[in-house]
Amino acid sequence: MKLGVLFSGGKDSCLATWIAKKEGYEISCLISIQSSNKNSFMFHTPSILSTRNQAKAMRIPLIVQETPGEKEFELEDLESVIARAHKKFKIEGIVTGAVESVYQSSRIQKICNKLNLECFNPLWQKNQKELLYDLVKNNFEVIVVGVFAEPLNDKFLGRKIDEKFIKEMEELEKKYKINPAGEGGEYETFVLNCPIFKEKLEIKSFEDFGEKNSWRRELEIK
Amino acid sequence: MILIINLCKEKLHYFEFVKPIEDILKNAGISYLRKDCDSYEGDFSENEKIIICGTSLKDNDFLKNFKKFEWIRNCEVPILGICGGMQIFGLVFGGKLEKKTEVGFFYESFVNEFLGVKGNLQVYHLHNNFVNFSKLNDFEVFCGDDISQAVKHKEKEIYGVLFHPEVRNKNMILEFVKR
Repeated sequence: MKLGVLFSGGKDSCLATWIAKKEGYEISCLISIQSSNKNSFMFHTPSILSTRNQAKAMRIPLIVQETPGEKEFELEDLESVIARAHKKFKIEGIVTGAVESVYQSSRIQKICNKLNLECFNPLWQKNQKELLYDLVKNNFEVIVVGVFAEPLNDKFLGRKIDEKFIKEMEELEKKYKINPAGEGGEYETFVLNCPIFKEKLEIKSFEDFGEKNSWRRELEIK
Repeated sequence: MILIINLCKEKLHYFEFVKPIEDILKNAGISYLRKDCDSYEGDFSENEKIIICGTSLKDNDFLKNFKKFEWIRNCEVPILGICGGMQIFGLVFGGKLEKKTEVGFFYESFVNEFLGVKGNLQVYHLHNNFVNFSKLNDFEVFCGDDISQAVKHKEKEIYGVLFHPEVRNKNMILEFVKR
């Protein structure tokens, strides 16, 4: 079955892509939504432009849809890009990296249902610590490119997800009720390398934007 | 040993509809065994309880083969059917499949206790079909007037939920397993 992946470049969409490939599905395209609304509830925004480098590293075509990111209107843009991917690549289903968010997943489910496409959520309800350890165990090189909750701050930008990071998140979960994998939107990530990349991505430069507990890092990849 | 029956035709759906149930049991220290519906012949005497998981909005192959589940009529062990699992109960006991799409969180009201819940409950729906159990004499409807959301067989320990308790209502699954 040919599938398209809703791809943000973060840990969840990369892990979902890897699982789908591992289970024998053909990933025909990646679909990236580039929202101008930096506070979008629907879409990941930090370093979203660098998804093109990830797609190149995976040798999978990328379809990009820009959206002004106005609530609910962004769903029309999402539907339109999924329909475009369906037509161009003859995909029969969509893969998402949804873990806990019923807000996001139910909207995508409805669009797929309307377009008569399967909707696959291979990380759905996955334990967040298990998810983080799966990344480490399977050699995903993931860094933080956005923080949006107390007590996270600009010092977390660029941090690699490794055992030390996971232990720290477990502590923050106890103290501040932070979701360890950032499922509440506490942080966003970018994948520099994983088992389906043909080559590792290297950061050429970056710029940080934000204040207090809300920061994002825009990467430029070599 | 709890038997988990996987209705999914697509193997990638296992992660969304079956693994979350396995994780709930695993975290509670309960042993389980998983079988795909195609390979299960209704040899339920070996199992303490059975859970039939749901599947995706488009994955309806199991409905074509619902006669394979006739064993449920004679089953002596408790069964919980989730979404597609509940639809199978309806068909096996003579009900008719009807169309209704509900996706996302909805509030449902339980007048009487059902698998440890009572009153208003936010539940996660993901279905295109349902069976109206109020037309079936063998079942009592615990929730849902027009669209049966939670039902129990009047004489047997057969429970059905149209919503997905593995999302936000994990305790209902544990209540079924432990009671």
